[in-house]
Amino acid sequence: MKKSLVLVLAMLMIFSIALSACAPKAPAETPGGETPAPTAEPKILRTNNMSEPGSLDPALAQGTHESWVLDHCFEGLMARDPSGKSVPGMAKEYTLADDDVTYTFTLRDGITWSNGDPVTAHDFEYSWKRALDPDLAADYAFQLYYLKGGEAYNTGAGSVDDVGVKAIDDKTLEVVLASPTAYFLELTSFYTYYPVNKKVVEANPDWAKDASTHVSNGPFRLTGWEHNATITMAKNETYYDKDAIKLDGIELSILADENTAWQKYEGGEFDFLTPLPQAVVAQLKANGNPELVIGGEVGTYYYNLNSKVKPFDNVKIRKALSLTLDTQTICDKIAQGGQIPAEGVVPFGMTDENGGEYRNGAGKLAEYNVEEGKKLFAEGLAETGFKAEDFSKFSILYNTSEAHKKIAQAAQEMWRNNLGIEIQLENVDFQVKLDREKAGDYQISRAGWIGDYIDPMTFIDLWVSDGAFNDAKYNNPEYDRLVKEAKNTTDQKIRMENMRKAEQMLMADMAVVPVYFYTQPYAQKPYVTGVFKPLNRYPIFTYADMDMSQR
Amino acid sequence: MKKYLLKRLVMAVVTIWAIITITFLLMHSVPGNPFRAENKMPKVVYENLLKKYGLDRPLSEQYFIYLGKIVRGDFGDSMKSRVETVNDMIERGFPVSAHIGLQALIIALCFGPALGAVAALNQNKWPDYFSMILAILGISVPSFIMGTVFIQFIARNVSWLPIGGWGEFRHSLLPSLALAFLPMAQIARLMRSSMLEVLNQDYIKTAKSKGISKATVVLRHAVRNAILPVVSILGTVASNLLVGSFVIEKIFGIPGLGMFFVMSISNRDYPLIMGTTIFYAIVLITLLLLVDLAYMMIDPRIKLTKEGR
Repeated sequence: MKKSLVLVLAMLMIFSIALSACAPKAPAETPGGETPAPTAEPKILRTNNMSEPGSLDPALAQGTHESWVLDHCFEGLMARDPSGKSVPGMAKEYTLADDDVTYTFTLRDGITWSNGDPVTAHDFEYSWKRALDPDLAADYAFQLYYLKGGEAYNTGAGSVDDVGVKAIDDKTLEVVLASPTAYFLELTSFYTYYPVNKKVVEANPDWAKDASTHVSNGPFRLTGWEHNATITMAKNETYYDKDAIKLDGIELSILADENTAWQKYEGGEFDFLTPLPQAVVAQLKANGNPELVIGGEVGTYYYNLNSKVKPFDNVKIRKALSLTLDTQTICDKIAQGGQIPAEGVVPFGMTDENGGEYRNGAGKLAEYNVEEGKKLFAEGLAETGFKAEDFSKFSILYNTSEAHKKIAQAAQEMWRNNLGIEIQLENVDFQVKLDREKAGDYQISRAGWIGDYIDPMTFIDLWVSDGAFNDAKYNNPEYDRLVKEAKNTTDQKIRMENMRKAEQMLMADMAVVPVYFYTQPYAQKPYVTGVFKPLNRYPIFTYADMDMSQR
Repeated sequence: MKKYLLKRLVMAVVTIWAIITITFLLMHSVPGNPFRAENKMPKVVYENLLKKYGLDRPLSEQYFIYLGKIVRGDFGDSMKSRVETVNDMIERGFPVSAHIGLQALIIALCFGPALGAVAALNQNKWPDYFSMILAILGISVPSFIMGTVFIQFIARNVSWLPIGGWGEFRHSLLPSLALAFLPMAQIARLMRSSMLEVLNQDYIKTAKSKGISKATVVLRHAVRNAILPVVSILGTVASNLLVGSFVIEKIFGIPGLGMFFVMSISNRDYPLIMGTTIFYAIVLITLLLLVDLAYMMIDPRIKLTKEGR
């Protein structure tokens, strides 16, 4: 009988040995380990990337979990300087023809890929056409619709030969836009516009799947990618501005849990961290901890009001909901990350035609005014024949998340106190929320938008009647006209004037209820310097430095 | 024996087919799909994506295409990752999860039965209370609290224990321990009650009255019979541990398979949902078979085939 017990145990043992034998060995490679400086410890900045990139091919990237790596490995025609301003990158200069749509870029001398190949205009032509290729089915291909013929090619209605990008020679790239676009230069520093090495990609379609075959042209190059565990980058010694790069490398862990990541930061295993748990931000802020930086962001948190559902088709009802929402309290007591109460849909940080703050010219278009709100609500009820009790049939739809829930609860409470209505809360999974918004199956829903580029248009064009993200189903021909006109000129005066008018119109109709403008709080250790945060991107480490004696 | 194994194999195939069909139907009846996101993606691009991944075809057609792939052992491409196929993800994630799970299983098997046996032998005395308090904690404290507490109070204070991440053996210690608590507690409780029952049986009294030493009575007669219910839950316990836990893997940042079970659903990554479900089914069915075989070895009265009776 003992024999059989032994047998069971032996079976378990064998099973365990068999399994542990297939466990992966410790990742051997650290980027610093490759070129160890004999005297100094390599400067490897360690931080966390919340989730595994779906791809490290710029054409296929969709979000920050990918672009944070790409922004360090690649560089577009234009780049950003330490202050975050758009400056020449791969291109040393450009000209814009009188037609306002033809750009001619001249590439910098001595620019090479991380494998030593020169970066040419042909690479750019190839990359942009490749991203638009319908067979590649890139989610973000629409970012290239600014090119003439780009949309037609991507949607199968046109030919690749009609796409407005052409290499005149190795150094000269001619780009023709579909219409004048004032912010096109800045767009060329957006990741969908990054180049890929034509030779490498044609020879190996799987080039971006592994660090050993990954080739890039930016300040860093990919040296390791342990799926779901770590991504390592080392300084790219072939980068033209390599002398300005102080870090030897960057190590991104892939940890999905914000709290564990924070523990690692506090325990000294990370030098930098974003995002931070909400409670941590509130605490650091309350203590005045200098490691906390409230990074600027161009993003707006808002509530969609479904204009196709009664009584939300009534402008007085919509305005009443906005007037009775105390966004200052939501920012100070709930969001607690330095967010700014939204005065409209376009956040601070955009410049107008005179180089001033766009927001100042557009004005404060949303405010907290309970008396006015109550008055409009009563009038709205009378006009629509609804009663306050009827609102208990309606709900705020939000995707399951603690932060969204708290804000929705606050809104519920404010509307209960100020208007005497009892709106319900409904949390659903993110994909379900998106589906229901598209189908118009909701009354109020939470939404957020982060600008793709720094121009009010990235927000304003959300609400044109056929906009893909116009879930409020706002439909105003005059608004459409203003946007269209602004999109077809580079005359800043006309553009800004139109966008201001459009925003004022949108807010007068209160198509959506703006709640707050986002911020991006991050923490960095005192020995880390030179990190900068462009308004529409994650913090950039290109010019960062670390005092290793203090680590 | 051969005939029995063959029968089980046929049963397994039928079960897996049923699981595939039910999961496929359930998955597609949930609203949402992998390509919706908060962005300005035009409708044409969206439709192009659906077409690329075959989601524009009728459901029945998708189902048969999928079955065809499964027969060839191909779980398909993930709809969210352009880097790894579902097969890659399982091949990479399973060994990691299994490593942690196995360590947890060993911990649970070392301490669970022992705690239960000690508790039963000292019924209503302090070792009993101690073991059962431990067991109740193990069952009632959720793993995300256990994991967080471990990180906060152990990893932060013991310099050689990393806070999270993966790579070396030391990374696997705390997650294994956190994962082991629940099965250990389950086993301890089960062991205690079955041991109490066995200790009251006539044959134990007979053995005792024959003057056999207490140790022999306990080990040879009591434990051996009492362990049977524990073995019977081992298949489920082991398969749960081996395929990984979403919570533990998320908290400790472990690149295992457990994460995919939840992530695939929230992303509506259809091939990954199917892949992980089928894989889990295969692991579970295999382990249940192993348990039945082990059962036969421990208790010769149990015969798997009619001929054996």
